[in-house]
Amino acid sequence: MSVNEDNVKKIARLSKISLNDSEVKKYLTDLNQIIGWVDQLKEVDTEKVSPTFSSFGAGEGIKQRDDIVSDGGYRKEIISNAPKSEEGFFLVPKVID
Amino acid sequence: MANLTNLCLHEARDGLIKKSFSTRDLIIDHIDAMESSRNLNAFITETPELALKSADLSDKNFANQNNRPLEGIPLGIKDMFCTKDVLTTASSKMLSSFIPPYESTVTDNLWKKGAILLGKLNNDEFAMGSSNETSFFGPVINPWKKNDSTESLVPGGSSGGSAASVAAGVGVGSLGTDTGGSIRQPAAFTGTVGLKPTYGRCSRWGIIAFASSLDQAGPITRNVKDNAILLKNMCSHDSKDTTSSSKEIPDFESSVGKSIKGLKVGIPSEFIQDGMSEDIIEMWTKGKEWLKAAGAEIIDISLPNTKYALPCYYIIAPAEASSNLSRYDGVRFGHSVNSNDINEMYEKTRSEGFGDEVKRRIMIGTYVLSSGYYDAYYLKAQKVRSLISLDYSQAFNKVDVLLTPSTPNSAFNLNEKCDDPLSMYLNDVFTVPVNLAGLPAISIPSSKDKNGLPLGLQLIGKPFDEETLYSFANVIEESSNFKSLDNKWWLKDE
Repeated sequence: MSVNEDNVKKIARLSKISLNDSEVKKYLTDLNQIIGWVDQLKEVDTEKVSPTFSSFGAGEGIKQRDDIVSDGGYRKEIISNAPKSEEGFFLVPKVID
Repeated sequence: MANLTNLCLHEARDGLIKKSFSTRDLIIDHIDAMESSRNLNAFITETPELALKSADLSDKNFANQNNRPLEGIPLGIKDMFCTKDVLTTASSKMLSSFIPPYESTVTDNLWKKGAILLGKLNNDEFAMGSSNETSFFGPVINPWKKNDSTESLVPGGSSGGSAASVAAGVGVGSLGTDTGGSIRQPAAFTGTVGLKPTYGRCSRWGIIAFASSLDQAGPITRNVKDNAILLKNMCSHDSKDTTSSSKEIPDFESSVGKSIKGLKVGIPSEFIQDGMSEDIIEMWTKGKEWLKAAGAEIIDISLPNTKYALPCYYIIAPAEASSNLSRYDGVRFGHSVNSNDINEMYEKTRSEGFGDEVKRRIMIGTYVLSSGYYDAYYLKAQKVRSLISLDYSQAFNKVDVLLTPSTPNSAFNLNEKCDDPLSMYLNDVFTVPVNLAGLPAISIPSSKDKNGLPLGLQLIGKPFDEETLYSFANVIEESSNFKSLDNKWWLKDE
């Protein structure tokens, strides 16, 4: 498979990354090179194979902890790295008209 | 007194216990070494005041015989680990002013055992790269050079600062992270010992996430014994990471020096590559001979899906990265670009905050997860991953460890592969399968190529059997008689 300029623009939009025209051209080349290369996986017969989503589980399952509040109360610390905040809240541009 | 940076981790530990020198003496020498090695660009943040304060506490603990297992041991930490109140950047513009309000579990474990932070180490941006050239803070320079050459070489990546600092004698060990080879490849390029533990051995909590099903923290040191000591002190069961193992943590140090007699070593034929250099082939042959001489049995085995590991990885890792890195939105932390439109704010923030390679991987990941391509790419790769894991579990029915080269080549020139992402990715051809299968693996400096540059052998082990890896690694270390770096050229460049 390969992608065209419109595909690259769409991927960039989905990725929330703005690209100028020369960047679109550059990533078009890169993405097609990489996609063309990973396409070799098509030759592997995986019809009867189930997918692996995690390499964890070599004899161990993922444990669930008790559903109780065990941490928290760090509002000030959490806000401390925010680019914009007010009265303990993160500030964002207006999203609802 | 001789310069204390010449001591390795266990020598420094023993010297402190015997009171041959104080922690303060040791730390001062390491701070001096850190400051006079700045042209290697291994550190992003130096924390000398913090280190000296900790040194005084350590000296008090020694005086009161309250000393802990790693009391006074100076370490560098890759800038992917969150360190409370100390700048943590992931080598990205996106996090260039991020001060974590919390400490990662593995570093917290080390400080509780008495280790001392020297500073935060440079790496490829968000650990994406194999040469440490994608860092927003500039490339790290390999302390090694080719014979009779002044050309700068890359230290490998992504844990380039972690490997270069240890090779240069700044800190007695360091922490790296390994998602597709990011500890083992730079260890091989710098003549250091680097281990990627079994997935789940070390907690991932507080490590800036790249690809969560592949990421593991691990130690880089000057020798095998030091590596075992660091690993023992960094792992723990952590309820804050659901994939953290509750298996008992063995005393890895006691595996160093254990006999490997009667154990079986697999040589995977698929790792023999066209155009592999004579130096690599020769090192691999010598490796087999050393293990045989120590009483191990060498067996040829097959891992038929090896050639698919790298393309499989370059679907799965970018997919997970595109999801993990969606958190950098300019709202809660990190770089932010002002705009009245929220989408424009997101897009400009991420466009300015991320470098080229990170954007490339986010876009690849977004593509393979997008509607219409998910099954063809992402799901397909996860199935191929099952086949790769199966190859290894079948091999481990026949053998105890696998022996391969760590990398297909030695360290390359700065800027040599920057413009060609694929040729950069091929550097990880021998290391990536291990992450997909979640196995432990170690790179040990074993030989030098015709230009005098270090080469590493990789040992791959069964899940949670780092002990056997350390026993084998020690045999290779003792047999290879590898001479570490003696020409500290970067000090003269001051």
